[in-house]
Amino acid sequence: MNFLHMTENNFSLKKIEISVSEAEKRTGRNAMNMQETYTAYLIETRSVEHSDGQSVLTDSLWRRYSEFELLRNYLLVYYPHIVVPPLPEKRAEFVWHKLSADNMDPDFVERRRIGLENFLLRVASHPILCRDKIFYLFLTQEGNWKETVNETGFQLKADSRLKALNATFRVKNPDKRFIELKHYSDELQSVISHLLRVRARVADRLYGVYKVHGNYGRVFSEWSAIEKEMGDGLQSAGHHMDVYAASIDDILEDEEHYADQLKEYLFYAEALRAVCRKHELTQYDLETAAQDLAAKKQQCEELATGTVRTFSLKGMTTKLFGQETPEQREARIKMLEEQIKEGEQQLKSKNLEGREFVKNAWADIERFKEQKNHDLKEALISYAVMQISMCKKVGFGFSEGMSIFRSAGKFL
Amino acid sequence: MCGFADSSWKEISGPFTWTFGSCYLYTKRMGFLPALHRLLPCCSNTTDLILPNGGTPAGTASPASSSSLLNRLQLDDDMDGETRDLFVTVDDPKKHVCTMETYITYRITTKSTRVEFDLPEYSVRRRYQDFDWLRNKLEESQPTHLIPPLPEKFVVKGVVDRFSEEFVETRRKALDKFLKRITDHPVLSFNEHFNVFLTAKDLNAHKKQGMALLTRVGESVKHVAGGYKLRNRPLEFAAIGEYLDTFALKLGTIDRIAQRIIKEEIEYLVELREYGPVYSTWSALEAELAEPLEGVSACIGNCSTALEELTDDMTEDFLPVLREYILYSDSMKSVLKKRDQVQAEYEAKLEAVALRKEERPKVPADVEKCQDRMECFNADLKADMERWQNNKRQDFRQLLMGMADKNIQYYEKCLLAWESIIPLLQEKQEAK
Repeated sequence: MNFLHMTENNFSLKKIEISVSEAEKRTGRNAMNMQETYTAYLIETRSVEHSDGQSVLTDSLWRRYSEFELLRNYLLVYYPHIVVPPLPEKRAEFVWHKLSADNMDPDFVERRRIGLENFLLRVASHPILCRDKIFYLFLTQEGNWKETVNETGFQLKADSRLKALNATFRVKNPDKRFIELKHYSDELQSVISHLLRVRARVADRLYGVYKVHGNYGRVFSEWSAIEKEMGDGLQSAGHHMDVYAASIDDILEDEEHYADQLKEYLFYAEALRAVCRKHELTQYDLETAAQDLAAKKQQCEELATGTVRTFSLKGMTTKLFGQETPEQREARIKMLEEQIKEGEQQLKSKNLEGREFVKNAWADIERFKEQKNHDLKEALISYAVMQISMCKKVGFGFSEGMSIFRSAGKFL
Repeated sequence: MCGFADSSWKEISGPFTWTFGSCYLYTKRMGFLPALHRLLPCCSNTTDLILPNGGTPAGTASPASSSSLLNRLQLDDDMDGETRDLFVTVDDPKKHVCTMETYITYRITTKSTRVEFDLPEYSVRRRYQDFDWLRNKLEESQPTHLIPPLPEKFVVKGVVDRFSEEFVETRRKALDKFLKRITDHPVLSFNEHFNVFLTAKDLNAHKKQGMALLTRVGESVKHVAGGYKLRNRPLEFAAIGEYLDTFALKLGTIDRIAQRIIKEEIEYLVELREYGPVYSTWSALEAELAEPLEGVSACIGNCSTALEELTDDMTEDFLPVLREYILYSDSMKSVLKKRDQVQAEYEAKLEAVALRKEERPKVPADVEKCQDRMECFNADLKADMERWQNNKRQDFRQLLMGMADKNIQYYEKCLLAWESIIPLLQEKQEAK
């Protein structure tokens, strides 16, 4: 549960709690009027009264994964300087073999429910994102929300992939910090992917070890049947082996939670990249504008002084087809001067934009770094605690399993 | 006193006159089969043994005087601590490289106050072949007793390195156990082949002295493949046979499971050894998280090492004992079959007499001898079985507890590793 203060249309401040409390299988018709099955998630919003801390349910509605995606895409477009929290994975990846890769599998749905709740809480606790109207409506306006989002026209505002790629290659002077950050996010993505892959293999192997021990259970039991003095001890040992083998399912389920925490940061790396890309775009835009302006200025100067230093089609045709009249030249100079003025304005504002972007983005990146360090430390701690509790339980189990043998004393 | 003065006791006229009959009568009178059987090597082969020097063979298992009989009785009741008079150890493996072959020898150290030993202490070197020879000799000369098993003779070349430290050590332990089991046995430990094995400077010379003449028991006991149709196999032997069948089966299954576990643990270990270092790689990218991540990497490394130790222990300590008892069961089943054969012979002879239809059916001497032989065999075997059961219980209790302990130690090591990094993870970094 998370608390946040939110305002909407200057209403009074309220503390609210958000939870994704349920998941339900639904069938409906899609855009092409074909029947499809999907999962819907119940989002409940509660407002907490200051005085007594009691929470009152204020809103509750159902959303499906694609609507979450829509929300996120919108946020990405309107807040390009923010490291936007990621959604849980669309399809199950890094699964160890016993875990289902099926999207309809109840365990997967459950983990996704938690992931979606986490996403909403992250957005709600972000100082800037939490104030967004579309986000507020996502939590409160069941019908028509999709239309409302699309009406913002955010899809049009989105930068094309091609444009972004182009900028990445051609930008000359991006901020050094962003270069480093991009490098870092690439490496982070790579190392966490590797970690998750190996962890899945480790889980697989560990499962094998535990399950084979289970085979001992039956044979010890059968053996105990033909023994007199040793019978009880063997029975106890066999029983313990069964318990041991069964314990792996819970152990690995707990570990899956740890994997989910790592996955969130794997996806966060992509969000970091997105901010870097935006910077490259704005910077490239700025550089291009500056270049254009410089070119125009030079053109103007040449026209004014009559020297042709640069090649221009106009100049060529003028040479070929005769000089232009002084009036024509004046007209051109004037046009250029206007363009230059406009260009300078634009450059100024672009510069400002660029600097603003860098400043705001970097502020959010610092916030993100703090959050990341805190969260990952917590994740590692809970992983260690999990291992400790597992070792204690299993060690104790072995001790218990042998207790009969130990207390039996000399057999002779 | 045990009643040695009883007149129904046959005259003792020398070390070589123990007969089968005397054993049986004596034990019948005294009523305590197990304890006495330990004293009286009624089925020993020493009666017909011809020795090169013609004298009293060292390590003769036939006590000549009543006083030494008494001593034996006391000895057997408590074999622990001070009353032991024979100690044998196998250690110090050494590799010998010769033109024809390379092999390992082990040092056998013997300490004894027994009269059968000329010196109080001996130290000799023996190789596996010699142990094999000893075992064969014991089987020949003491066919009514259970001879402990040797570790497997052949190893698949290329899969196991028979000169590796682990293999040699595993073998040494098994050979040590083999000799100690013989040492503990009240009849086998007096066997003269055993004595020769422990004391002779040149064992090969002894080996070359041809086969000892087999005793009447030895001669008539041929290795049997199938079972014999017996009139009534004594319940206890039928039960033992059934028990051994199931026992060996279960051990075989446990052996297979254990091997599978080791295989799975090794594969798990391989993945762990890749998993830990990834945290190190990550640590290199981070600032505040660098130490915690490095800590986790080291921790996983420690757990990996602990796991490796566990799998080694399973291979070196657990599997060999399982295999040993499987071999033991097999050799015991052969002894049971031999016993069946002796019984069958007796029953056949008895039947032959009954069919003769004489006016005064009198049991001829040789049938009587057969009966004695059978009953002695039964007595020896029963006592050995009891001894075996006790040893088995002890061995398995130790084995299973040992394995559980090793596992507990593994989990404790992992526990310690993870607990030690918690403070590292919780540490608040000072301002960079």
